[in-house]
Amino acid sequence: MLDRVSTPATVIDRPVSRQTAARTAAARTAAIRAPAMRAAGKAAAGARKPSRALPLRRFWSTLLILAVWQAASSAGLVSPQTLASPLRIAQTAFDLIRSGVLPQNLLVSLGRAGSGLAIAIAVGIALALIAGLSRIGEDVVDAPMQMLRTLPALALVPLFILWFGIGETPKIALVALGAMIPVYLNLSKGIRAIDPKLLEMGRTLGLSRMAVIRHIVLPGALPDLLTGLRFSVGISWLMLVVAEQVNASTGIGHMMMDAQDFLRTDIILVGLLVYALLGLLSDLAVRMLERHLLRWRPVAGGAR
Amino acid sequence: MSGGVLVEGLGRAFGGNRVLDGLDLQIRPGEFVALLGRSGSGKTTLLRTLAGLDPVEEGAVSVPDQVAVVFQESRLLPWKRVRDNVMLGLDGADAGARAEAALGEVGLAHRVDAWPLTLSGGEAQRVGIARALVRAPHLLMLDEPFASLDALTRLRMHALVERLWRKHGCAVLLVTHDVDEALTLGDRAVVLDRGRIRTVLPLEMERPRRHDADFARGRQVLLEALDVGEAV
Ligand SMILES: Nc1ncnc2c1ncn2[C@@H]1O[C@H](COP(=O)(O)OP(=O)(O)OP(=O)(O)O)[C@@H](O)[C@H]1O
Ligand SMILES: [Mg+2]
Repeated sequence: MLDRVSTPATVIDRPVSRQTAARTAAARTAAIRAPAMRAAGKAAAGARKPSRALPLRRFWSTLLILAVWQAASSAGLVSPQTLASPLRIAQTAFDLIRSGVLPQNLLVSLGRAGSGLAIAIAVGIALALIAGLSRIGEDVVDAPMQMLRTLPALALVPLFILWFGIGETPKIALVALGAMIPVYLNLSKGIRAIDPKLLEMGRTLGLSRMAVIRHIVLPGALPDLLTGLRFSVGISWLMLVVAEQVNASTGIGHMMMDAQDFLRTDIILVGLLVYALLGLLSDLAVRMLERHLLRWRPVAGGAR
Repeated sequence: MSGGVLVEGLGRAFGGNRVLDGLDLQIRPGEFVALLGRSGSGKTTLLRTLAGLDPVEEGAVSVPDQVAVVFQESRLLPWKRVRDNVMLGLDGADAGARAEAALGEVGLAHRVDAWPLTLSGGEAQRVGIARALVRAPHLLMLDEPFASLDALTRLRMHALVERLWRKHGCAVLLVTHDVDEALTLGDRAVVLDRGRIRTVLPLEMERPRRHDADFARGRQVLLEALDVGEAV
């Protein structure tokens, strides 16, 4: 408080020449800053306006495409066996939901993706901890995992069918295997990148090994784990699509393959829409999780 | 009393580089020792050895069982709020209350719920001090804790550390490059050179220290011990 009040007084007491020098310097910075600030202000205002207008524009262009598509279908330019019309798709979606066909299949698919992903996360975290926390563990676990990483998981479908038959097991196993890799890779990298100074601090505070893992290692590697999780979620949908289309008697993929036999492009498109929505929603969920768990980061949380 | 430090013939080498070489040092319980020395003279190595972070390769070291360290960088866990950082490793139902009390002592009662990355350098360092003091250490070691702070903040920190030291009565080993800091805070200034203690300067001026003739004489002695005496 006192500092602030006394400062201008000392400036006035100073010799005139220095004061003018200070004033011109100040004026120059002001002059330099002013256009920059105006530009920044404009940019900020400009950025805000489109962000409100943009979704609308996008909305309109999408609507336009849908309208053209619908018109082409109604005019008979596109046969329903090639591509069903938007209205037809909406009607089919409604019917599928009302008859319970879609919810049932969706539930099955969600169950497969969910259990596969859960296994992937558990196994991925366990392996990453083993590899990240001990030299021996790294030697034993990391090399096979790196090899597994180069393998396209989808190429394992025939083998998995031979091993596990055509029940739920091969599908869940495929999702689990594909989704585990990014969890493992990112988390083990994150654990190895923990600041050794923090680990040392833990020692001087007398933390036990378990406490170090709980308070320092895992939270420190959490950003990497979440990055891995986002990849994993994407991969688990990809695995699911393939697994359900190769052999299944239930699930969204099966519903679509079934529709193929009857040339029902409307059902196939409903399936595609569902997949797209699932991908979008799960990504959103991970992002929200990220924002909550990483709120200690000034950028992510906007704290201060 | 278990509060003192005794170092006898401590030696440490990295490869062929002898960093500590037959070092003897004694710190009485409750004594404030300022440790000076040129860069690379082994100050941090000594402190790390006393903290149990580096092994004792030669000689013998005895330290109290409650030792706390404050480093130059505050080393707070960014994912824990300030209070939880201070509480780390404490047990007991009153840990939270003790942490808050310690933060109050360093003038940060209003920041207990803040995230460490939102603190200023001086605030972060004060949290580090609170985290050390909440453990009621018999020996508090600080490795250039104020080196990256601005001059004004550093002066405030000196006053804070002196007040807390008097209140808690722990022995303090303060590593610093700042001769005035050593003269302001220390009961004794110790200069490390080529792995040994070459100069010991007892500082018996009354506290709070004033920049008087004794202070100037002390500064001259220390600067000479640091081989910059002639330049001044
Ligand atoms: N882990 C290590 N491996 C090899 N050399 C090391 C290691 N730690 C310290 N040294 C060396 O030991 C010497 C003393 O280092 P130390 O950090 O104790 O110096 P210091 O007195 O704290 O210096 P400063 O004032 O710059 O912090 C330096 O020459 C340094 O290079
Ligand atoms: Mg050092």
